[in-house]
Amino acid sequence: MLRFLIRRTLTGLLVIWLISVVVFAIFFIAPPNVAFLLLGKFQASNQQLVEQVTAQLGLNKPIPVQYWDFLVRLLHGNLGYSYYSHEAVTTLIGRALPVTASLAIGAAVIWVVSGVLIGVLSATHPRSIRDRLATLFALTGLSFPTFVLGLILLFFLFYKLHLAGIDWFPGSGYIPLTQDPWQWFLHLILPWVTLAVASMAVYVRLARGQMLEVLGDDYIRTARAKGLSETRVTFRHALRAALVPIVTQFGIDVATLLGGAIVTEQVFGLNGLGALSVSSVVNQDEPVIIAIVLLAAVFVVVANILVDILYAVLDPRVRLE
Amino acid sequence: MTALPHGTSPAAAATAAAAAAPASTDDDDALLTLDDVVKHFPIRRGVVIKSEVGQVRAVDGVSLTVRRGETLGLVGETGCGKSTLARCMTRLYPLTSGRITFDGRDISRLSPRAMRPYRRQMQMIFQDPYGSLNPHRRIGSIIGDPFAIHGVADGPERKRKVQELMELVGLNPEHFNRFPSDFSGGQRQRIGVARALALRPKLIVCDEPVSALDVSIQAQIINLLQTLQSELGLTYVFIAHDLSVVEHVSDRVAVMYLGKIVEIAERAALYGTPRHPYTAALLSAASVADPDRAAVRQRIVLHGDVPSPIDPPSGCRFHPRCPKAQEICSRVQPDLVPVLADLPTHVTACHFPMADGEKLGTAPVEPADDRPPGTGVW
Amino acid sequence: MCGVFILFLVLVAVFADPLSHLIGWGPTQQDRATGTTADGLPVGPGRIHLLGADQLGRDVLVRLIYGARVSLVVGVSAAVAAVLIGVIIGLCAGFLGPAVDSVLARLMDVVLAFPFLLFAIALVTVVGPSEPLEIAVIAFFSWAAVGRIVRGQTLAIREREYVEAARSLGAGNLRIMVVDVLPNLIAPVLVYVTLLIPISIVFEATLSFLGVGIIPPTPSWGNMLDDAQQGGLYQVAWWFLTFPAAALVLTTLAFNLLGDSVRDALDPRTERLFAK
Ligand SMILES: Nc1ncnc2c1ncn2[C@@H]1O[C@H](COP(=O)(O)OP(=O)(O)OP(=O)(O)O)[C@@H](O)[C@H]1O
Ligand code: SF4
Ligand SMILES: [Mg+2]
Repeated sequence: MLRFLIRRTLTGLLVIWLISVVVFAIFFIAPPNVAFLLLGKFQASNQQLVEQVTAQLGLNKPIPVQYWDFLVRLLHGNLGYSYYSHEAVTTLIGRALPVTASLAIGAAVIWVVSGVLIGVLSATHPRSIRDRLATLFALTGLSFPTFVLGLILLFFLFYKLHLAGIDWFPGSGYIPLTQDPWQWFLHLILPWVTLAVASMAVYVRLARGQMLEVLGDDYIRTARAKGLSETRVTFRHALRAALVPIVTQFGIDVATLLGGAIVTEQVFGLNGLGALSVSSVVNQDEPVIIAIVLLAAVFVVVANILVDILYAVLDPRVRLE
Repeated sequence: MTALPHGTSPAAAATAAAAAAPASTDDDDALLTLDDVVKHFPIRRGVVIKSEVGQVRAVDGVSLTVRRGETLGLVGETGCGKSTLARCMTRLYPLTSGRITFDGRDISRLSPRAMRPYRRQMQMIFQDPYGSLNPHRRIGSIIGDPFAIHGVADGPERKRKVQELMELVGLNPEHFNRFPSDFSGGQRQRIGVARALALRPKLIVCDEPVSALDVSIQAQIINLLQTLQSELGLTYVFIAHDLSVVEHVSDRVAVMYLGKIVEIAERAALYGTPRHPYTAALLSAASVADPDRAAVRQRIVLHGDVPSPIDPPSGCRFHPRCPKAQEICSRVQPDLVPVLADLPTHVTACHFPMADGEKLGTAPVEPADDRPPGTGVW
Repeated sequence: MCGVFILFLVLVAVFADPLSHLIGWGPTQQDRATGTTADGLPVGPGRIHLLGADQLGRDVLVRLIYGARVSLVVGVSAAVAAVLIGVIIGLCAGFLGPAVDSVLARLMDVVLAFPFLLFAIALVTVVGPSEPLEIAVIAFFSWAAVGRIVRGQTLAIREREYVEAARSLGAGNLRIMVVDVLPNLIAPVLVYVTLLIPISIVFEATLSFLGVGIIPPTPSWGNMLDDAQQGGLYQVAWWFLTFPAAALVLTTLAFNLLGDSVRDALDPRTERLFAK
C-alpha cells in the first residue's frame, strides 16, 4: 500500500511536471507583452522603464533559467503576482477557490448519486416505462451542451419565473456558505444542475449497463437463492460490483470538471476559478493561468490516486500490492 | 554425478554418464535437438507495482531429439508444460536457458528477424481451431499469409497456390472467400493445416491438433496428417494428452511431468513395458481401446493434485504421488537414462524403474474418495 | 430517423450558399432597415426574417445554416483525427510491449489530466483563433480517451492464438498490427467516430461561445449563443436563444442516437439503449 502510494505520487508529480513544461512552452512560443500589460500604453513607450521591468521579472534571462526560477519559486509556495491586478496569485486563487469548490463538489454529488440511482432503478426493471424514460433522459442529457442547458435554465427558471413574480432561483452571484447557508444553496441550485446533467447521463448509462451485467451473474443468483431481499441484493451485492467501472469513469470525469466549471461560471456570473481563468487568459495574465492549470492538474492527479485506492477497496480482485 | 542411487542396475549405471544427455548424441538424422531447455515465466504481483515474486517453472531442463521423418509424440497431464515446450521448440518464446539446434544450426539465441528463414522450415498447428484463425479475415487470405509474409507468391499465383493447398487438405477451393465462422471445427483445423503446409516446412509441431474436435472428426484429421507426412516427408512433434491418439500416430513417445521429460521410448516399448511409474499410471488410467489389454491392466488412479510448477517437489517431482517412492526420491533427482543397457533408446528418469510385467500398487496417500462407484454422496 | 436528420444537416451545410441566396440574406449581411426595430431591438420571426434577426439585423436562419457547416466540418474532422491518433497510439501501446506501453500510457495520462478547456482557451488566445487550430485542439484533447480503450482491446487481442500463429509464420510486429489486430478494431472505431462527432461539435460550440473558437462575424452556433447571452438579449428575443440551441441539441442527439445504433449493429453484445 505504502509503495503503491509512493509510486503513484511520483508518477503524479511527473505528470504535473510535464504539464508545467507544456504550459510554460506555450508562453514561450507566444510570450505576452508583459511590459505593456504592466505599464500601460503610455509608459510602455518608455524604453528604459520597459527594460527595468523586464529585468525585475527576470524576463530577459534565457528561457530554461526562467523556468528554473519559476520552479524554485513554486517549491517555495510562491506563485507570483498577477500582471493585471498586481495581487498575489495565491490571494486571487484563494478568493475564487471556494466558489468553484462549492460548485464542483455539489454538482459531483448530484450527478453521481442521482445518476447511479436512476441507472440502478432502470436496470432492475429493464424494458419498463421507467427504464425507457431513464434512457431517454440519459440520451437527451448527454446531448445538451452545458452552456445551452445553463442558458435555458436561466431563461425559464430565473427569467420567466421572475416575470411571473416568483423569485425562487437567483440568476447569478455567489453567497459564501459561512455567510448564509440557505442563500448559498439557493444561488447554487441552477449552476449545480447545469454542471451535473451531462455527467449524470453518462452515469445513468454506465450504471444501468453494469447492473444488468452483474445482476445476471452467478453469485447474485446465489444471493437471491439464499432468500435475501431484492433491495438488499440490488444495493449490497450487485451495486458494489457494478461500482468499479463507475469509479473509473469518475476518475476520468474529474479532469473535465474544471472545463464544465468554466462554462457554468461564465453563464451564471460566478466569480470562481473558471471566470478567473477566462479573464486571465483574455488579459494574458501568465502567472495566474499557470497557477490555475497546475492546481487543476494536481487536483486531477490526486483524484486519480484516490480513485485507484477506492478501486482496490471495491474490487477484491485488485490488490495494490 | 553424485553417489549412485540404490536400485539402479549396474548396467544402467555404466551407461548413465554417457547417456546423461541423450539429446547430444551426434545423430546425423536429428532434425531438431533440444539441450537442457528451460523456460520460466516470472510471476509478477500487483496491478500497479509489478514486482517479481516467483517463477512458473513451466519447462525445466528438457533434452530430446526429433529425427527426420519421424513422429515424436509428447504426452502429459494438463499444465505439465507441453505447449510451453512446443513454443520453445519453434522459438515463439525466448528461452530462459538451454540450446536448440535445428538442422545442424543453433537457433536458440536468434533474434526474431534472424529466425525468419527458419520459420519457413518449422511450423505449428494449434490446438484451438477457433482461436487460431482470425475471425475477421477470409480464409484465402489466412492461408495465403505465409506467402505474403515471406514474399513468395503474389496475386493470381498466390491464389492458385492457396487453392492447391485447400485441395490438398480436403477443403473446397471455391470457399476461398469465406470467413472462418462459416466452417466447422474439423474444417477449420484443415485450414490451420493448410497454412502450416504452405511453405513446405520440414518440421510441424502439432499442439493438441485434435483435442478440441469430435472423436469422429479426430480420425479424419489424423489420417490427413499421416497422409501428408508420407507424401511430403514431414517430421512431426505431436502433442496430446490422449494416450491412444499418440499411440496411433507416433514412432516414439516422450512423457512429460511438471516441466520435465520422465520417459522416452519407441512406441511399442513405451506402451508395452512402461518403465516410469508415472507412465504406468497414465496408461492404466487411460481408457484403453483394446479390451484385451484393458482387462489385463488394473486401474491405478493417481491421487492428489498435480503439484504447482511454481514450487515443484524436491528430488523426483513425482514422489508425492508415486506408489513406489522411497526416501531417496525426495532428495535426489533421477537422471534420464536407459533402463536396460541393450536398449539405449528407452530412457527414463526414475530411481526404481518398473520391471517387466510389474504392477503398480496403490498410492502412499490413503485416498479419501476411493469408494466403489455408485456408493458416494450423490 | 436520426440518419435522416443528419443527412438533412449535411445537405443544408453543403448547399448553404444557394440556400442563403434563396432566402435572400447573406450570413453576415446586416439588415439595418427591417432587421431591428426603432429602438435597436432585433425583430422576431416573420415574413422578412423567417426565424428572426439578431442584434445587428442579421438573418438567424441563414446564420444557422452556415453554422451547421462549421459544426459539421469541425466536428467530423476533429473526431476522425482524434480516432486516427488514438488508434495508432493505443495500438502501439498495447502491442509493442511493456517499455513502449509505459511511455505511451503515461502520455495518455498526461493528456487526460490536462484541464483541457482552460488549456484550449489559453492556447487559442496565445496563438490566435482559427478553424484549423480549433480542430487541432479538439482532436488533441480527445484522442487519449480512444487511445486508452484501443490499448485495452489490443492487449487482449495480442494474447489470441491467431496472433501467435502469425508470429510462428514469421510475421513482424507491423504486419501483425495491421493485418491481424486492426480488423478487430474496425467496429469499435466506427462507434467512437460517431460518438466523438457530437462531443467535438459541443466542444466547438463551447469554444465559440467562450469567444475562442470561430471568429465573428463568421457564424457558428456557439458564437450565436454567445451573442444571445450578451447583455441578456435572449430575454427579450427568445428566437435568438432557441433556434441555435435547438439546432445544437438536435444535432448532438441525432449523432448520439446514430452512435447507439451503430454500436448495436456492429457489436450485438453491448446493451442496446432503446429496446425495439
Ligand atoms: N505465458 C505464461 N505466463 C505464465 N505462466 C504460464 C504461461 N504459459 C503457461 N504458463 C504456465 O506454465 C505451465 C505449463 O503450461 P502449458 O500451457 O505449457 O501446459 P500444457 O501442458 O500445454 O497444458 P494443456 O494440456 O492444458 O494445454 C502452467 O502451469 C501454466 O499455468
Ligand atoms: S524416482 Fe522415486 S518417486 Fe520418482 S518415479 Fe521413480 S520411484 Fe517414483
Ligand atoms: Mg497446451
